[in-house]
Amino acid sequence: MASVALGADEVAEAFARAGAEVVRTGSHGLFRIEPLVEVETADGRIGYGPVAPDEVGAVLDGSHANRIGKVADLSFFASQQRFTFSRCGVIDPIDLDDYAAHGGWAGLAAARALAPAAVVAMVRDSGLRGRGGAGFPTGIKWQTVLDTPGAEKFIVCNADEGDSGTFADRMLMEGDPYGLIEGMAIAAHAVGAGHGYIYIRSEYPFAVAVMREAIARSAAQVAPFTLEVRVGAGAYVCGEETALLDSIEGKRGQVRAKPPLPAIAGLFGKPTVINNVLSLAAVPFILANGAAAYAAVGFGRSRGTMPVQLAGNVRNGGLYEIGFGITLGELVEVIGGGTESGRPVRAVQVGGPLGAYFPPAMFHLPFDYESFATAGGLIGHAGITVFDDSVDMAKMARFAMEFCAVESCGKCTPCRIGSTRGVETVDRIIAGERIDDNIEILRDLCDTMKFGSLCALGGFTPYPVLSALDHFPEDFGGATALPVAAE
Amino acid sequence: MAGVADGRGVLLPLLHALQEEFGHIDDALVPHVAEALNLSRADVHGVVTFYHDFRRQPAGRHVIKLCRAESCQARGGRAIERAAVERLGVAMGTTSADGRVTLEPVYCLGLCATGPNALVDGVPVSRIDGARLERLAAQVAA
Repeated sequence: MASVALGADEVAEAFARAGAEVVRTGSHGLFRIEPLVEVETADGRIGYGPVAPDEVGAVLDGSHANRIGKVADLSFFASQQRFTFSRCGVIDPIDLDDYAAHGGWAGLAAARALAPAAVVAMVRDSGLRGRGGAGFPTGIKWQTVLDTPGAEKFIVCNADEGDSGTFADRMLMEGDPYGLIEGMAIAAHAVGAGHGYIYIRSEYPFAVAVMREAIARSAAQVAPFTLEVRVGAGAYVCGEETALLDSIEGKRGQVRAKPPLPAIAGLFGKPTVINNVLSLAAVPFILANGAAAYAAVGFGRSRGTMPVQLAGNVRNGGLYEIGFGITLGELVEVIGGGTESGRPVRAVQVGGPLGAYFPPAMFHLPFDYESFATAGGLIGHAGITVFDDSVDMAKMARFAMEFCAVESCGKCTPCRIGSTRGVETVDRIIAGERIDDNIEILRDLCDTMKFGSLCALGGFTPYPVLSALDHFPEDFGGATALPVAAE
Repeated sequence: MAGVADGRGVLLPLLHALQEEFGHIDDALVPHVAEALNLSRADVHGVVTFYHDFRRQPAGRHVIKLCRAESCQARGGRAIERAAVERLGVAMGTTSADGRVTLEPVYCLGLCATGPNALVDGVPVSRIDGARLERLAAQVAA
């Protein structure tokens, strides 16, 4: 979808008219070189990018100025550890033979040779934690579903990737759909589920189309497990797992109070595994290569790799999969190459619209769940949005409250009312009205939202607001900086 | 109703299909949907009005969904939004009086490193600048 948005359809048509055999792949994940064309030669696949439709001839005769050689040799790719995204951009997404030739179905075969409890134990031993943002150990979640009796159980994939700055789920579904299907089939075997749903947001029409096609083509491989896609309808809160379940059931996507956990009483009241796309897509590697191979990479209690998404005003924007522990500064300044505008980086928001803003002074932070929690933030779905020095952080704090007000499901008061009052309070601060008093009110409001909201939408909106206040007080008109909240 | 294998929870797929067919979900359809699925009218009304995607009035002949989220803002999205409102002569979230174009906010299209982004009649467009906005405006003038 990214390369299509940059004109790849026109480029593909131009090559077809020139008589070339065109295979459409997913994205490798470096958008600066897209639309990217790779030409099969005796020396391997040679990349050119970006390519415009009228430059087809230059690519075909090898004279194009944007010749970048083998894509995998670019330092952006050579320095990655691609466990989950190893096939993305390489294979024809819906070609079953291509998938099998690149290691596909090895994880499912390994899983089916094991008892369900042994599969769950492998996932637990790998140290995999939920990649959707909460970071809950995946193996423990699966164990609960396995241990809960029930004639019918479900696997639900949360593909409602609504966070600004994140696109890994979309890329995976568009570029390697069978990787997700295989992960879900392994989960089904592990817990004894018969049917699965992939809930995809409506803003991702290409991912919906690819997943539907891939489900139809791979039905025999995953049988007796069956799968279907359900499409959202433009509600951010449906990324919240219990709201997502209500939405699949055909209701307003409102959050449910927990307990009961979805693992015990989830979709249609049945035991349900609900995992993010990246969590499920990490599982085939673990089964095929062993828990130890996955756990060997990482930092502290954050094991394995994280597909980091570099977004916003960044030169090398794209997907960068690496073991936990790389610092935030390395990701932004070295891998990302700083801002695209060439101006200094002023702030980066990590973890989507509910994530904290960090100044360059905090770039020493190692990228893992615990370090970010200690610093008053979260890594969430690992989206990093870069802003240059033209950003106004008071406006970004206002936007965070405004977004919460637009997207609140309305079920709990702190989120529904608090966000609207938050917009009004930030407006008064921006207008210069009793600034210190209103900042105190804003902090108090954030405290109420944080501890009184039912789900992460209301509960985490204080992260961007408070971090903007704490790290960029000069944008709020004369307030003094308070120490970073120890959270 | 393609792709719906399980008979449960079919309200959203049904509403998507109706909107696909008619362009919007007319209030007059609500009782029929409720009866077909053995739901109350209030249930169906509640769902139609909860989700941003479902329309109760027809959209313009062209629909431009412009991203307003943080990543696009970091790449100048706010200025493009102001320019789009001015160039198209239609406020955000409304349809032009001649029914030609609807301009709506969208919060993230997952193209966060190549913004500002839009979905124009379902087709994604990245790196929107003044020139590209001009082309989009000409495209929806038809």
